[in-house]
Amino acid sequence: MMLREDALRAIYPHLEERIVVTIMGAVAAELYTLGHRHNFFYLEHAMGMASSMGLGIALAMPQEKVIVLDGDGSLLMNLGTLSTMARYKPRNLLHIVFDNESLLSVGGFPTATSTGTDLAGIARASGIPQVMEAETPESLNAAVAQALESNMLTTIVAKVAAIGPKTFHMDLPLLENRFQFKRSLEARK
Amino acid sequence: MPVSVTNSRLIYEALKACDIKIVSALPETWLVHLLRMADEDPDMTLVRVAKEEESVGISAGAHLAGVNSAMLMQNHGFLAAINPIVSLAMLYKIPLLMLISQRGHWGEKDPWQTQGGLVTEPILRALNIPTWHLTNPADVPRRIKDAQTLALASHHPVAVLLTRELMWED
Repeated sequence: MMLREDALRAIYPHLEERIVVTIMGAVAAELYTLGHRHNFFYLEHAMGMASSMGLGIALAMPQEKVIVLDGDGSLLMNLGTLSTMARYKPRNLLHIVFDNESLLSVGGFPTATSTGTDLAGIARASGIPQVMEAETPESLNAAVAQALESNMLTTIVAKVAAIGPKTFHMDLPLLENRFQFKRSLEARK
Repeated sequence: MPVSVTNSRLIYEALKACDIKIVSALPETWLVHLLRMADEDPDMTLVRVAKEEESVGISAGAHLAGVNSAMLMQNHGFLAAINPIVSLAMLYKIPLLMLISQRGHWGEKDPWQTQGGLVTEPILRALNIPTWHLTNPADVPRRIKDAQTLALASHHPVAVLLTRELMWED
């Protein structure tokens, strides 16, 4: 099964210059280790809110592409976000869900996707206009390229292994990240 | 419908005077005119959320993108949004302008509203969220502007409670 670290490495060139909001835990730590940028925001708590933040940014900055890196545990805590995103369909929002079927960062408890809940199916049924699935870094990279090209609200569900980094430590205080990120967004106006 | 159109208009104009560009809301009776005004205004983005938690994320995103926003919700919606208020807005020093309809308080006839009405203010106090009870129409522009100013200066959520006296005509 695909490692999230390899998936992130494959799509990093798409993320590098774009506004990115990640969830907490392994996703944040792995993206940070690949190469932190001031245009990356790591939401270190408030599970479920990364996609809502991405929606807020996408509506506030329609000229910029916004990429949300979500997870199965986080998305399951805020499934309503799919119906809200689908209602407004911002063309500049790309929602990527790394589904490792586990609440990895809080102890590795299996989530409902491990017993058959289908997040891509829920996204489609919620009305997200373009939903794709990816099983390899190559297919994820192709899906991301297509989503960005199509200029259409997209959710991509990428199945990944429930393996994370040895440590979730990031040498970046939350507030430093927050103010850095805001400045970097303001510089794009 | 006995929700005050006049006072809803006053509140909406006060939000416009604060340069609010995004309003997120979960529809409820007392907010019906405000939502219609936001919906009909081509310069306003109205986001109808499925649950009030989402509004915290939307306002946080809008703030980091340099756009002023406001949240419209019932006090029970505020109760539903407490975790992200604490672990997104407060943790990351994000200003929130929350307009909260205060159901279940003075004059409430519906028993099901009363438990939320009883706990709203103690919880706002426990969270150290500055709160203004908006009762007098003459206060509306000043207090909403003051709430936004304090939120932006303190990087903290603030609450304006929309009371029965202001919102309901019966």
